[in-house]
Order: sequence, then structure tokens, then C-alpha cells
Amino acid sequence: MSSRIEILNAGGYRSDGRRQYELRTINIDLFPQGSAADGFATLSHGLTQVSVCVFGPREAKLRSQTFHDRANVNIEVGIAAFSSSERRRRGRGDKRILEISQTLKSTFDPVIQSSLYPRSQIDIYVQVLQQDGGLLQACINATTLALANAGIPLTDFVCAVTSGVHSTSPLLDLTLLEENDLPNVTVAVMPRSGKVSLVTMETRLHVDRFEEIFRLAGEAGKIIHAEMKKAVKDRTERLVAPMQSLGRPATGENDY
Amino acid sequence: MRPPSPSIPEREFLLSALKQNLRLDGRDFLEIRPIQLSFGPELGWVECSLGKTRVLAHIDAKMVKPQPERPFEGVITIHSEISPMASSEFELGRPSEEEVTITRMLDKVIRRSDVVDKESLCILAGQRVWHLRLTIHCLSDSGNLLDCACLASIVALKHFRRPDVEVIGEEVTVVCSNPFFVQPLEPQLDYLPSLQHEPTSRAPIPLSLHHTPYCFTFAFFSDASINPVLDPSLLEQRLNEGLISIALNAQRELCVVQKSGGVPLEPADVLKIVNFAVQKAKILDTFVESRLREDWQGRSVEVR
Repeated sequence: MSSRIEILNAGGYRSDGRRQYELRTINIDLFPQGSAADGFATLSHGLTQVSVCVFGPREAKLRSQTFHDRANVNIEVGIAAFSSSERRRRGRGDKRILEISQTLKSTFDPVIQSSLYPRSQIDIYVQVLQQDGGLLQACINATTLALANAGIPLTDFVCAVTSGVHSTSPLLDLTLLEENDLPNVTVAVMPRSGKVSLVTMETRLHVDRFEEIFRLAGEAGKIIHAEMKKAVKDRTERLVAPMQSLGRPATGENDY
Repeated sequence: MRPPSPSIPEREFLLSALKQNLRLDGRDFLEIRPIQLSFGPELGWVECSLGKTRVLAHIDAKMVKPQPERPFEGVITIHSEISPMASSEFELGRPSEEEVTITRMLDKVIRRSDVVDKESLCILAGQRVWHLRLTIHCLSDSGNLLDCACLASIVALKHFRRPDVEVIGEEVTVVCSNPFFVQPLEPQLDYLPSLQHEPTSRAPIPLSLHHTPYCFTFAFFSDASINPVLDPSLLEQRLNEGLISIALNAQRELCVVQKSGGVPLEPADVLKIVNFAVQKAKILDTFVESRLREDWQGRSVEVR
């Protein structure tokens, strides 16, 4: 499909005009547009766009799904039929969707401090609006932001990024075209501890190359963290500003 | 109905044993349970057991019309069903979380990493290709079903031989009509079908494989003093707080790395585990090769 397009040309530019280590534009919107959700985030990495709504912690609909010592985290992922260049409906039982939601669940279970909300439920709805590579990365980052926006206590940010390697030169934040052709790794880091909570790779790659791009992705995660942190701070400032004008002391992010 | 999770005393016992660098079955932390490979009378019929975990993999081939968009490529399908036979934890019909993980992982290890050279399965472009069907039966689950299923599938692919065909013009003739009748040497030679004695018959052909990945699963616990555990047993699998599965071949090429969530790890630890898996893959590869050779020497192939 993309055999005629040069992934990395002699001048060191990629097919979309980026350099090797350049990330795509990150757009973060944390302001809910007519959504009743407690937390909301729309995030785009270039042309990949994901929107996440978080409801809760709230009372569980089914008593049987509650835990006596912690909140139940429920994640549902939907991929819009119009999100890729080929229109394709994916049902709820689709293996790929199940895998993404399972991955998200096991990534966020240890991060959310669910023991603070016993017998309750946190619902996370992830909707993929546009796909252009780095789907899992966008889902993870958007979910982190939506959870932070909902005021749910997290132990740390989870920042994910993909990286791949073209013959011997590593690339960051791959588009769909690059992702289809190159071996790639998705790494999610927790910037405060520097630990890695998720690593996935699905293509053949030599161990030494893997080490290189794995470390690179870890570094890039920190850059993404800075962007995400800035967005959360902006949102908080916007919420706090009206309170200050009324002369009330601002007590915290959730005080609205 | 979900079976009850391990009891609190069981949990405490396992964790305190692991803290003292002991595993309940007496293994080292980075030791795999004894692997047994047994081959059935047919080629491509392999039963693999890791301790008490047993998986049966079976391959058959038939000729089909290729997909129109890929006229030169054969087809491989993987059928795996984890029935309640393996463990009471599985239900019929609805795939459990673990089953989804295993099926997706097998798909990635065998299909996406291009183990089988699909173009070599082409008989007549656009008309006839081989369709390989890999069926996986999980016979008993006592932890680490994934590694066992991967190993069984890979060995089955290496063990399998497809019938030879002859193409004259547009006509396809199977010259070794049934490779499955390549039987063990001694017994029942008298009622073997006479097919292999036909003057035109040829020896069945092994599949051409690009590489042979092996999968290794490590379990982690949130207590930092507990080291990672290779090849988790049933109890370890239920109680762990993070798994990392690595599929790689003896040529130091990683095929799949899968750590989805769970306890976060230091980057250096991840790399350490990967390097350890590299050594294990080499050892496992020589073991598999020697077992396959032994089995092949015990079979007779008559070609006249």
C-alpha cells in the first residue's frame, strides 16, 4: 500500500514532514460540550482523535458488580464506523475492541485509588473518532486526562507513546502509514516514578533495536506528560478564576 | 458463575513463601516446569504439557480458493476454544477475559509475526492454495495456558507435513494423497493403506517456516521484594498483579511483547527480563529440535 511512499527520506523528513523524534501536534480539550459526564477529555495526536467520558464514582447499577473494599472500574470502548478510511462497523464483541478495553482496564486499575470509594462504580466510556496510528496511545492518554478532570484520585499520570524503527533509525509517534510498515512499540510510562506500566509490541524486531526504541519511548512519555499536565492546570485555573472574582477562597480543583 | 478466588490463608502462604524466595512447587523463580512433547500417529498432532497444564494442537490442510485480494497466499486459521474441561473457571460460549488474551496472543505470535511462509502454500495462483487449520484444545489448566498453547502450536507447525501436489497445466494432482499415514515404525503395518506404496507417491513436504517463536510469561507481585516468576502456576497466575508475555525466537528477534497494565516496572527490569527470555528461547529451541528429530527417526516414510 505504502511501498511508494518514503517513510524517512534522505533529508531526514518523514512522510508527513516531521523529523525523526518529532511528535504530532497534541490537542487537548477538557471542557465538556453539553455532556453530563463528571470528567471529559478529547485528545488528538495529529489525526488520531479519541473522546473519553468518565462517570462516577457513583452507585453501581447492579449490586452484584460491587466490591466491598474498592470501586469497580468499568471501561467500554467504541470505535466509530467512520473513524478509519474504510468504513467498518465493529460490534461490541469484536476481539480487538475487547482487547483494548481489557488493556485499558488493567492499566488503570492499579493507578486509580479505587479503595477510596468502596461499593461504588466508575464508568469510563472511550469513543474513537478518528484513527491514524497510535490508537492505544491516544486511548490511554485521553483516559488519564478524563479521570483527572473528573477529580478521581490517581497515583500518577499514565502517558503513552508509540515508537518504531525504520531500518536503523528510530521514529516517534507513528502515523497509520508508518505503523503498518514498521515494527513498533507502545510504551506507557508513569512519569513520577519513571516506571513502565504497559509495553506492547506486535511485530518482529531484534532485541537490541527493541532496547533502543523502548528507552526512547520512555523519554518521549515525559514530554507528553508535560503537555497533559499543562492542560489539566489550564482547566483548573479556568475553574478557579470565577471563584476568586467573587471573593471566595479557592480550595481545590473539585470545588465547583 | 465464577469460582471463588483463592482464600486469604492461601494468599498469605504463597506471598510469604515467595518473599523467602521459595515457590510452592519447589522450582526456582526463573525455572519452567518440565516440558513434555508427545506426538500422535498423525503428522501435526502434538500434545504439549507444562507440568499439569496440557494443550493439544492439531493441524490439517485442505485446498481452497485463495482470497481474491491475495491470490498468491495460503490461508491459516487458528481455532481455539477453552472449554470447561480445562478448568471450571471457563464457561462454554462466552469467551472469558483470559480466553480473549490467549486467542489474540496466539494470533499475534503465529499469524502476525509471519511464522509460516504463506506464499509457499500457493499451488496455482488465484485458483488453489493450501488452507492450514490449527486447532487448539486446552485439556487441563494449571497455570500458564498461554505459553503451553504457543509451544504446542509452534511444534505442531514444525511437525506437520503437507501432501505433495503435482500441477500439470491447470490440473492439480495430489501425489502423496495423505501424509497422515506416515506411521510409527513397528505396529499395524499390515493394514496401512496402500497409498504410500503407489509408484507415483512422494514424501510429504514440511511447511516452510520463517522462524520459530517461543512464548514466555512472567508474573509480578506488587511487593517489591518478590522477584518476577517465570511460568506461573495456577495459584501464582490467580494472585499475580501483573504479567508480561514475551514471544521471541532463538535468533534474538522479539515477536510480541505484551505487558498490559498491572504493576508498573522499572525500564531496566523489563530489559533484564527480555534478555533472560533470549537465553531461555535458545535452550527451548534445542530441546524442541531434538524431540522432533527423535520422533521423525521413529517414523517410516516409504518413497518409491
